[in-house]
Amino acid sequence: MAQKTALHASHLAAGAKMVDFFGWEMPINYGSQIEEHHGVRRDAGMFDVSHMTIVDLTGSRTREFLRYLLANDVAKLTVPGKALYTGMLNEQGGVIDDLIVYFIEDAFFRLVVNSATREKDLAHINAKAKAFDVTVTERPEFAMIAVQGPNAKAKVATLLTAEQQAAVADMKPFFGKQAGELFIATTGYTGEDGYEIAMPDEQAAEFWQKLLDAGVAPAGLGARDTLRLEAGMNLYGQDMDETVSPLAANMGWTIAWAPEDRDFIGRAALTAQKAAGTDKLVGLVMEQKGVLRHGQRVVVAGGEGVITSGTFSPTLGYSIAMARVPANTADTAEVDIRGKLVSVKVVKPAFVRMGKKVI
Amino acid sequence: MSSIPTELKYASSHEWVRNDGDGIYTVGITEHAQELLGDMVFVELPEVGDSVTQGDDCAVAESVKAASDIYAPLSGEVVEVNDALADSPEQVNASPYTDGWMFKIKVSDESELDALLDAAGYKSSIDEA
Repeated sequence: MAQKTALHASHLAAGAKMVDFFGWEMPINYGSQIEEHHGVRRDAGMFDVSHMTIVDLTGSRTREFLRYLLANDVAKLTVPGKALYTGMLNEQGGVIDDLIVYFIEDAFFRLVVNSATREKDLAHINAKAKAFDVTVTERPEFAMIAVQGPNAKAKVATLLTAEQQAAVADMKPFFGKQAGELFIATTGYTGEDGYEIAMPDEQAAEFWQKLLDAGVAPAGLGARDTLRLEAGMNLYGQDMDETVSPLAANMGWTIAWAPEDRDFIGRAALTAQKAAGTDKLVGLVMEQKGVLRHGQRVVVAGGEGVITSGTFSPTLGYSIAMARVPANTADTAEVDIRGKLVSVKVVKPAFVRMGKKVI
Repeated sequence: MSSIPTELKYASSHEWVRNDGDGIYTVGITEHAQELLGDMVFVELPEVGDSVTQGDDCAVAESVKAASDIYAPLSGEVVEVNDALADSPEQVNASPYTDGWMFKIKVSDESELDALLDAAGYKSSIDEA
Protein backbone atom coordinates (compact mmCIF):
# COMPACT_ATOMS: atom_id res chain seq x y z
CA MET A 1 0.00 0.00 0.00
CA ALA A 2 1.59 3.23 -1.17
CA GLN A 3 1.89 6.08 1.31
CA LYS A 4 0.23 9.36 0.47
CA THR A 5 1.28 12.84 1.48
CA ALA A 6 -1.14 15.42 2.87
CA LEU A 7 -1.21 16.95 -0.63
CA HIS A 8 -2.33 13.83 -2.49
CA ALA A 9 -5.80 15.19 -3.28
CA SER A 10 -4.29 18.53 -4.32
CA HIS A 11 -2.11 16.74 -6.87
CA LEU A 12 -5.04 14.85 -8.36
CA ALA A 13 -7.04 18.09 -8.53
CA ALA A 14 -4.16 19.68 -10.46
CA GLY A 15 -4.17 16.83 -13.00
CA ALA A 16 -1.05 15.08 -11.76
CA LYS A 17 0.19 11.83 -13.17
CA MET A 18 1.07 9.85 -10.04
CA VAL A 19 3.85 7.28 -9.78
CA ASP A 20 5.33 5.11 -7.07
CA PHE A 21 8.43 6.74 -5.61
CA PHE A 22 10.05 4.42 -3.05
CA GLY A 23 6.70 3.55 -1.53
CA TRP A 24 5.13 7.00 -1.87
CA GLU A 25 2.53 7.89 -4.45
CA MET A 26 3.96 11.13 -5.88
CA PRO A 27 3.32 13.39 -8.89
CA ILE A 28 5.78 12.81 -11.77
CA ASN A 29 4.26 15.71 -13.75
CA TYR A 30 1.06 17.70 -14.15
CA GLY A 31 1.04 17.49 -17.95
CA SER A 32 4.42 18.69 -19.19
CA GLN A 33 7.63 18.15 -17.28
CA ILE A 34 9.48 20.59 -19.55
CA GLU A 35 6.99 23.41 -18.97
CA GLU A 36 7.19 22.81 -15.23
CA HIS A 37 10.97 23.00 -15.46
CA HIS A 38 10.83 26.32 -17.32
CA GLY A 39 8.26 27.59 -14.82
CA VAL A 40 10.77 27.16 -12.01
CA ARG A 41 13.70 28.70 -13.93
CA ARG A 42 11.68 31.70 -15.14
CA ASP A 43 9.07 32.39 -12.47
CA ALA A 44 8.07 30.18 -9.53
CA GLY A 45 7.18 26.52 -9.10
CA MET A 46 6.37 24.30 -6.14
CA PHE A 47 7.13 20.71 -5.25
CA ASP A 48 5.55 18.47 -2.67
CA VAL A 49 8.54 17.13 -0.75
CA SER A 50 6.53 15.84 2.20
CA HIS A 51 7.89 12.36 1.59
CA MET A 52 11.29 13.53 2.85
CA THR A 53 12.10 12.55 6.41
CA ILE A 54 12.51 15.16 9.14
CA VAL A 55 14.41 13.93 12.17
CA ASP A 56 14.84 16.07 15.29
CA LEU A 57 17.78 15.42 17.60
CA THR A 58 17.72 16.71 21.13
CA GLY A 59 19.96 16.43 24.16
CA SER A 60 22.87 18.34 25.60
CA ARG A 61 25.42 16.27 23.64
CA THR A 62 23.71 16.62 20.25
CA ARG A 63 26.45 18.76 18.72
CA GLU A 64 29.12 16.35 19.91
CA PHE A 65 27.11 13.44 18.47
CA LEU A 66 26.74 15.11 15.05
CA ARG A 67 30.45 15.91 14.92
CA TYR A 68 30.95 12.12 15.12
CA LEU A 69 28.04 11.07 12.88
CA LEU A 70 28.59 13.41 9.91
CA ALA A 71 31.52 14.02 7.55
CA ASN A 72 30.96 17.76 7.52
CA ASP A 73 31.51 19.50 10.85
CA VAL A 74 28.56 21.04 12.68
CA ALA A 75 31.09 23.10 14.64
CA LYS A 76 30.75 25.43 11.61
CA LEU A 77 27.16 26.10 12.70
CA THR A 78 27.48 28.94 15.16
CA VAL A 79 24.41 31.05 14.34
CA PRO A 80 21.01 29.51 15.22
CA GLY A 81 19.14 28.53 12.06
CA LYS A 82 22.27 27.94 9.99
CA ALA A 83 22.23 24.77 7.86
CA LEU A 84 24.92 22.50 6.45
CA TYR A 85 24.93 19.95 3.61
CA THR A 86 26.79 16.77 4.47
CA GLY A 87 27.25 13.09 3.84
CA MET A 88 26.55 10.52 6.53
CA LEU A 89 29.17 7.83 5.94
CA ASN A 90 29.72 4.25 6.98
CA GLU A 91 33.02 2.98 8.38
CA GLN A 92 34.12 2.04 4.86
CA GLY A 93 33.74 5.65 3.74
CA GLY A 94 30.64 4.94 1.62
CA VAL A 95 27.69 7.33 1.66
CA ILE A 96 24.72 6.08 3.72
CA ASP A 97 22.85 9.25 2.80
CA ASP A 98 23.29 12.93 2.05
CA LEU A 99 21.32 15.32 4.20
CA ILE A 100 20.87 18.84 5.49
CA VAL A 101 21.40 19.55 9.18
CA TYR A 102 19.92 22.67 10.79
CA PHE A 103 21.26 24.16 14.03
CA ILE A 104 18.09 25.21 15.85
CA GLU A 105 19.49 25.79 19.34
CA ASP A 106 22.21 24.35 21.53
CA ALA A 107 20.47 21.10 22.41
CA PHE A 108 18.33 20.83 19.26
CA PHE A 109 19.37 20.08 15.68
CA ARG A 110 17.10 19.05 12.80
CA LEU A 111 18.03 16.69 9.96
CA VAL A 112 16.23 16.37 6.63
CA VAL A 113 17.12 13.04 5.02
CA ASN A 114 15.98 11.20 1.90
CA SER A 115 12.78 9.19 1.98
CA ALA A 116 14.23 6.28 0.00
CA THR A 117 16.82 5.74 2.75
CA ARG A 118 14.53 6.50 5.70
CA GLU A 119 14.69 3.13 7.44
CA LYS A 120 18.42 2.54 7.27
CA ASP A 121 19.10 6.18 8.20
CA LEU A 122 16.92 5.99 11.29
CA ALA A 123 18.43 2.64 12.30
CA HIS A 124 21.95 4.01 11.90
CA ILE A 125 21.24 7.30 13.70
CA ASN A 126 19.42 5.59 16.55
CA ALA A 127 22.20 3.04 17.01
CA LYS A 128 24.90 5.69 17.16
CA ALA A 129 22.88 8.19 19.24
CA LYS A 130 22.63 5.92 22.28
CA ALA A 131 26.19 6.53 23.44
CA PHE A 132 25.54 10.28 23.43
CA ASP A 133 22.13 10.22 25.16
CA VAL A 134 20.64 11.98 22.16
CA THR A 135 16.90 11.61 21.61
CA VAL A 136 15.94 10.87 17.98
CA THR A 137 12.42 11.91 16.99
CA GLU A 138 11.01 11.47 13.50
CA ARG A 139 8.46 14.15 12.54
CA PRO A 140 6.08 12.46 10.08
CA GLU A 141 3.33 14.93 11.00
CA PHE A 142 4.99 17.62 8.90
CA ALA A 143 4.31 18.24 5.24
CA MET A 144 6.93 20.08 3.22
CA ILE A 145 6.59 22.28 0.15
CA ALA A 146 9.58 23.56 -1.83
CA VAL A 147 8.83 26.86 -3.60
CA GLN A 148 11.58 27.66 -6.08
CA GLY A 149 12.34 30.18 -8.79
CA PRO A 150 13.29 33.83 -9.25
CA ASN A 151 9.84 35.00 -8.08
CA ALA A 152 9.34 32.30 -5.43
CA LYS A 153 10.18 34.39 -2.37
CA ALA A 154 8.01 37.33 -3.45
CA LYS A 155 5.06 35.03 -4.08
CA VAL A 156 5.47 33.23 -0.77
CA ALA A 157 5.65 36.61 1.00
CA THR A 158 2.05 37.33 -0.05
CA LEU A 159 0.95 34.36 2.11
CA LEU A 160 2.89 35.26 5.24
CA THR A 161 1.85 37.28 8.26
CA ALA A 162 3.74 40.48 9.06
CA GLU A 163 5.67 38.63 11.79
CA GLN A 164 6.60 35.80 9.43
CA GLN A 165 7.70 38.27 6.74
CA ALA A 166 9.89 40.03 9.28
CA ALA A 167 11.36 36.69 10.40
CA VAL A 168 12.46 35.70 6.89
CA ALA A 169 13.27 39.19 5.56
CA ASP A 170 17.03 39.01 6.06
CA MET A 171 17.54 35.27 5.82
CA LYS A 172 20.72 34.36 4.02
CA PRO A 173 21.01 31.19 1.90
CA PHE A 174 21.08 27.90 3.83
CA PHE A 175 19.20 29.01 6.93
CA GLY A 176 16.03 27.62 8.53
CA LYS A 177 13.72 29.46 10.89
CA GLN A 178 10.52 28.65 12.75
CA ALA A 179 8.05 31.41 11.91
CA GLY A 180 4.68 30.81 13.55
CA GLU A 181 3.62 27.34 12.44
CA LEU A 182 5.95 27.30 9.44
CA PHE A 183 9.55 26.15 9.41
CA ILE A 184 10.96 28.19 6.54
CA ALA A 185 14.35 27.35 5.06
CA THR A 186 16.34 29.07 2.32
CA THR A 187 17.34 25.76 0.79
CA GLY A 188 16.37 23.90 -2.34
CA TYR A 189 17.24 21.39 -5.01
CA THR A 190 16.92 23.43 -8.19
CA GLY A 191 19.76 25.97 -8.29
CA GLU A 192 17.22 28.77 -7.95
CA ASP A 193 16.28 31.10 -5.14
CA GLY A 194 13.41 29.98 -2.92
CA TYR A 195 12.25 28.28 0.22
CA GLU A 196 11.56 24.83 1.56
CA ILE A 197 8.67 25.18 4.00
CA ALA A 198 7.62 22.57 6.55
CA MET A 199 4.22 22.82 8.19
CA PRO A 200 1.73 20.61 10.04
CA ASP A 201 0.07 18.13 7.65
CA GLU A 202 -3.41 19.55 8.19
CA GLN A 203 -2.35 23.00 6.94
CA ALA A 204 -0.60 21.81 3.79
CA ALA A 205 -3.55 21.66 1.36
CA GLU A 206 -4.66 25.18 2.20
CA PHE A 207 -1.11 26.53 1.90
CA TRP A 208 -0.71 24.77 -1.47
CA GLN A 209 -3.98 26.29 -2.70
CA LYS A 210 -2.86 29.77 -1.64
CA LEU A 211 0.41 29.30 -3.49
CA LEU A 212 -1.56 28.25 -6.58
CA ASP A 213 -3.68 31.38 -6.23
CA ALA A 214 -0.47 33.44 -5.93
CA GLY A 215 0.63 32.08 -9.33
CA VAL A 216 3.04 29.36 -8.24
CA ALA A 217 2.89 26.43 -10.67
CA PRO A 218 2.97 22.84 -9.39
CA ALA A 219 6.00 20.87 -10.59
CA GLY A 220 6.54 17.13 -10.34
CA LEU A 221 9.40 14.76 -9.68
CA GLY A 222 10.33 14.82 -13.38
CA ALA A 223 11.08 18.54 -13.36
CA ARG A 224 12.73 18.20 -9.96
CA ASP A 225 15.21 15.76 -11.48
CA THR A 226 16.09 17.87 -14.54
CA LEU A 227 16.42 21.01 -12.38
CA ARG A 228 18.73 19.40 -9.83
CA LEU A 229 20.84 17.84 -12.56
CA GLU A 230 21.24 21.19 -14.37
CA ALA A 231 22.25 22.63 -10.99
CA GLY A 232 24.83 19.85 -10.55
CA MET A 233 23.26 18.48 -7.39
CA ASN A 234 23.65 14.80 -6.57
CA LEU A 235 20.78 12.34 -6.34
CA TYR A 236 21.29 9.69 -3.69
CA GLY A 237 21.13 6.17 -5.11
CA GLN A 238 22.25 7.37 -8.54
CA ASP A 239 25.25 9.64 -8.18
CA MET A 240 26.44 8.01 -4.97
CA ASP A 241 25.51 5.28 -2.52
CA GLU A 242 27.11 3.13 0.16
CA THR A 243 29.62 1.71 -2.31
CA VAL A 244 30.84 5.11 -3.53
CA SER A 245 33.31 7.38 -1.79
CA PRO A 246 32.18 11.00 -1.40
CA LEU A 247 35.54 11.84 -2.98
CA ALA A 248 34.29 10.13 -6.16
CA ALA A 249 30.92 11.90 -5.97
CA ASN A 250 31.94 15.57 -6.03
CA MET A 251 31.34 15.70 -2.26
CA GLY A 252 34.94 16.38 -1.27
CA TRP A 253 33.93 19.94 -0.32
CA THR A 254 31.50 18.53 2.28
CA ILE A 255 34.22 16.68 4.17
CA ALA A 256 35.65 18.70 7.05
CA TRP A 257 39.21 17.36 7.46
CA ALA A 258 40.13 19.98 10.04
CA PRO A 259 40.47 19.78 12.95
CA GLU A 260 42.55 16.66 12.52
CA ASP A 261 41.61 15.26 15.90
CA ARG A 262 37.87 15.16 15.15
CA ASP A 263 36.88 11.52 14.91
CA PHE A 264 33.94 10.99 12.55
CA ILE A 265 32.53 7.78 11.12
CA GLY A 266 34.39 6.88 7.94
CA ARG A 267 37.36 9.18 8.55
CA ALA A 268 40.02 6.46 8.54
CA ALA A 269 38.66 4.94 5.32
CA LEU A 270 38.40 8.35 3.65
CA THR A 271 41.96 9.21 4.57
CA ALA A 272 43.15 6.01 2.91
CA GLN A 273 40.96 6.63 -0.16
CA LYS A 274 42.34 10.13 -0.49
CA ALA A 275 45.91 8.85 -0.34
CA ALA A 276 45.23 6.09 -2.88
CA GLY A 277 43.21 8.34 -5.20
CA THR A 278 39.63 7.84 -6.38
CA ASP A 279 37.52 8.30 -9.46
CA LYS A 280 35.89 11.70 -9.86
CA LEU A 281 32.42 12.94 -10.73
CA VAL A 282 32.36 15.21 -13.78
CA GLY A 283 29.75 16.85 -15.97
CA LEU A 284 29.22 15.78 -19.58
CA VAL A 285 27.75 17.93 -22.34
CA MET A 286 26.50 16.59 -25.67
CA GLU A 287 25.34 19.30 -28.05
CA GLN A 288 24.30 16.96 -30.84
CA LYS A 289 20.99 15.08 -30.93
CA GLY A 290 20.36 12.38 -28.40
CA VAL A 291 20.08 12.05 -24.65
CA LEU A 292 22.69 10.81 -22.19
CA ARG A 293 21.18 8.33 -19.73
CA HIS A 294 21.99 6.76 -16.38
CA GLY A 295 24.14 3.64 -16.75
CA GLN A 296 25.72 4.43 -20.12
CA ARG A 297 29.40 3.55 -20.47
CA VAL A 298 31.91 6.40 -20.71
CA VAL A 299 35.17 5.76 -22.53
CA VAL A 300 38.16 7.98 -21.75
CA ALA A 301 41.87 7.77 -22.55
CA GLY A 302 43.13 4.77 -20.64
CA GLY A 303 39.93 3.83 -18.89
CA GLU A 304 36.20 3.70 -18.50
CA GLY A 305 33.54 5.33 -16.39
CA VAL A 306 29.77 5.41 -16.14
CA ILE A 307 27.00 7.97 -16.39
CA THR A 308 25.37 8.27 -12.98
CA SER A 309 22.63 10.73 -14.06
CA GLY A 310 21.77 11.90 -17.54
CA THR A 311 18.99 13.90 -19.06
CA PHE A 312 17.90 16.38 -21.66
CA SER A 313 18.47 19.86 -20.27
CA PRO A 314 15.37 21.96 -21.00
CA THR A 315 17.24 25.18 -20.22
CA LEU A 316 20.21 24.46 -22.51
CA GLY A 317 18.34 22.54 -25.21
CA TYR A 318 20.76 19.62 -25.29
CA SER A 319 21.78 16.70 -23.15
CA ILE A 320 23.85 16.84 -19.98
CA ALA A 321 25.01 14.23 -17.53
CA MET A 322 27.05 13.48 -14.47
CA ALA A 323 29.57 10.69 -14.80
CA ARG A 324 31.98 8.93 -12.51
CA VAL A 325 35.26 8.61 -14.42
CA PRO A 326 38.97 7.96 -13.78
CA ALA A 327 40.78 10.83 -12.05
CA ASN A 328 42.96 11.61 -15.07
CA THR A 329 40.01 12.22 -17.41
CA ALA A 330 40.68 15.33 -19.48
CA ASP A 331 38.22 17.53 -21.36
CA THR A 332 36.66 15.03 -23.76
CA ALA A 333 35.17 11.55 -23.54
CA GLU A 334 33.04 9.17 -25.56
CA VAL A 335 29.73 7.74 -24.45
CA ASP A 336 28.32 4.43 -25.61
CA ILE A 337 24.79 5.34 -26.69
CA ARG A 338 22.92 2.27 -27.85
CA GLY A 339 26.08 0.78 -29.30
CA LYS A 340 27.42 3.98 -30.89
CA LEU A 341 30.38 5.89 -29.40
CA VAL A 342 29.53 9.59 -29.30
CA SER A 343 31.98 12.38 -28.38
CA VAL A 344 31.06 14.59 -25.44
CA LYS A 345 32.67 17.49 -23.58
CA VAL A 346 33.81 17.02 -20.00
CA VAL A 347 33.01 19.94 -17.69
CA LYS A 348 32.56 20.69 -14.01
CA PRO A 349 29.31 19.09 -12.79
CA ALA A 350 27.18 22.27 -12.71
CA PHE A 351 25.33 23.50 -15.76
CA VAL A 352 22.69 26.10 -14.82
CA ARG A 353 22.38 28.27 -11.73
CA MET A 354 19.96 31.13 -11.06
CA GLY A 355 18.52 30.78 -14.53
CA LYS A 356 21.92 31.16 -16.21
CA LYS A 357 24.13 28.78 -18.10
CA VAL A 358 27.36 28.25 -16.16
CA ILE A 359 29.31 25.97 -18.50
CA MET B 1 -8.69 7.63 -21.19
CA SER B 2 -6.53 8.39 -24.20
CA SER B 3 -8.09 8.82 -27.60
CA ILE B 4 -7.95 6.01 -30.21
CA PRO B 5 -9.45 7.23 -33.51
CA THR B 6 -11.54 4.51 -35.14
CA GLU B 7 -10.42 5.33 -38.70
CA LEU B 8 -6.82 4.28 -38.00
CA LYS B 9 -5.07 0.93 -37.75
CA TYR B 10 -2.64 0.13 -34.95
CA ALA B 11 0.41 -1.96 -34.16
CA SER B 12 0.59 -3.44 -30.66
CA SER B 13 3.93 -1.57 -30.36
CA HIS B 14 1.85 1.67 -30.31
CA GLU B 15 2.24 2.99 -33.85
CA TRP B 16 -0.82 4.08 -35.85
CA VAL B 17 -1.23 4.13 -39.63
CA ARG B 18 -3.60 6.21 -41.76
CA ASN B 19 -4.53 5.25 -45.32
CA ASP B 20 -3.83 8.29 -47.52
CA GLY B 21 -4.77 6.45 -50.73
CA ASP B 22 -2.54 5.34 -53.62
CA GLY B 23 -0.81 2.84 -51.34
CA ILE B 24 0.59 5.62 -49.12
CA TYR B 25 0.22 5.30 -45.36
CA THR B 26 1.06 7.90 -42.69
CA VAL B 27 2.65 6.61 -39.47
CA GLY B 28 2.80 8.08 -35.99
CA ILE B 29 2.62 6.96 -32.37
CA THR B 30 -0.55 6.80 -30.33
CA GLU B 31 -1.69 9.17 -27.64
CA HIS B 32 -1.25 6.36 -25.15
CA ALA B 33 2.39 5.93 -26.26
CA GLN B 34 3.23 9.62 -25.92
CA GLU B 35 1.65 9.63 -22.47
CA LEU B 36 3.87 6.74 -21.44
CA LEU B 37 6.99 8.40 -22.84
CA GLY B 38 6.40 11.92 -21.52
CA ASP B 39 7.74 15.12 -23.11
CA MET B 40 9.44 14.36 -26.42
CA VAL B 41 12.86 15.98 -26.90
CA PHE B 42 14.21 14.42 -30.11
CA VAL B 43 12.70 12.34 -32.86
CA GLU B 44 15.13 10.50 -35.12
CA LEU B 45 13.33 9.74 -38.36
CA PRO B 46 14.24 7.46 -41.27
CA GLU B 47 15.49 8.98 -44.54
CA VAL B 48 13.23 9.48 -47.51
CA GLY B 49 13.98 6.57 -49.84
CA ASP B 50 14.76 4.10 -47.04
CA SER B 51 13.04 0.81 -47.42
CA VAL B 52 11.52 -0.55 -44.24
CA THR B 53 10.16 -3.93 -43.23
CA GLN B 54 7.11 -4.50 -41.09
CA GLY B 55 8.14 -4.92 -37.45
CA ASP B 56 11.68 -3.53 -37.86
CA ASP B 57 12.82 -0.50 -35.88
CA CYS B 58 13.16 2.49 -38.18
CA ALA B 59 12.92 5.57 -35.94
CA VAL B 60 13.65 6.60 -32.36
CA ALA B 61 11.48 8.73 -30.13
CA GLU B 62 13.57 10.19 -27.35
CA SER B 63 11.67 11.69 -24.43
CA VAL B 64 12.76 13.15 -21.12
CA LYS B 65 12.27 9.67 -19.74
CA ALA B 66 13.64 7.21 -22.28
CA ALA B 67 14.68 6.44 -25.83
CA SER B 68 12.08 4.30 -27.51
CA ASP B 69 12.27 2.49 -30.86
CA ILE B 70 9.53 3.09 -33.39
CA TYR B 71 8.75 0.03 -35.53
CA ALA B 72 7.61 0.14 -39.13
CA PRO B 73 3.98 -1.01 -39.02
CA LEU B 74 4.09 -1.86 -42.75
CA SER B 75 6.79 -2.72 -45.30
CA GLY B 76 7.65 -0.37 -48.14
CA GLU B 77 9.56 2.77 -49.03
CA VAL B 78 9.68 5.92 -46.93
CA VAL B 79 8.36 8.70 -49.22
CA GLU B 80 8.10 11.61 -46.78
CA VAL B 81 9.16 12.44 -43.21
CA ASN B 82 7.83 15.09 -40.84
CA ASP B 83 10.76 17.52 -40.81
CA ALA B 84 8.87 19.86 -38.47
CA LEU B 85 9.56 17.44 -35.63
CA ALA B 86 13.25 18.41 -35.70
CA ASP B 87 12.36 21.81 -34.24
CA SER B 88 9.09 20.90 -32.53
CA PRO B 89 9.25 17.35 -31.17
CA GLU B 90 6.56 18.39 -28.66
CA GLN B 91 4.03 18.09 -31.50
CA VAL B 92 4.15 14.34 -30.87
CA ASN B 93 2.79 15.06 -27.38
CA ALA B 94 0.35 17.78 -28.35
CA SER B 95 -1.13 16.22 -31.52
CA PRO B 96 -0.03 12.61 -31.88
CA TYR B 97 -2.57 11.87 -34.63
CA THR B 98 -2.17 15.06 -36.68
CA ASP B 99 0.84 17.44 -36.52
CA GLY B 100 2.85 14.82 -34.66
CA TRP B 101 2.91 12.32 -37.55
CA MET B 102 6.35 10.84 -38.24
CA PHE B 103 6.73 9.42 -41.75
CA LYS B 104 4.84 8.12 -44.78
CA ILE B 105 5.35 4.74 -46.37
CA LYS B 106 4.54 3.65 -49.92
CA VAL B 107 3.61 0.12 -48.99
CA SER B 108 4.71 -2.91 -50.95
CA ASP B 109 2.10 -5.35 -49.70
CA GLU B 110 -1.25 -4.06 -48.44
CA SER B 111 -2.16 -7.50 -47.12
CA GLU B 112 0.19 -6.71 -44.23
CA LEU B 113 -2.62 -4.47 -42.93
CA ASP B 114 -4.34 -7.65 -41.76
CA ALA B 115 -1.68 -8.03 -39.09
CA LEU B 116 -2.61 -4.64 -37.57
CA LEU B 117 -5.28 -3.98 -34.97
CA ASP B 118 -8.41 -1.90 -35.29
CA ALA B 119 -9.22 0.71 -32.62
CA ALA B 120 -11.11 -1.78 -30.44
CA GLY B 121 -8.30 -4.34 -30.72
CA TYR B 122 -5.67 -1.75 -29.81
CA LYS B 123 -7.76 -0.53 -26.89
CA SER B 124 -8.01 -4.01 -25.45
CA SER B 125 -4.26 -4.56 -25.99
CA ILE B 126 -3.40 -1.52 -23.85
CA ASP B 127 -6.08 -2.30 -21.25
CA GLU B 128 -4.45 -5.69 -20.70
CA ALA B 129 -0.94 -4.23 -20.41
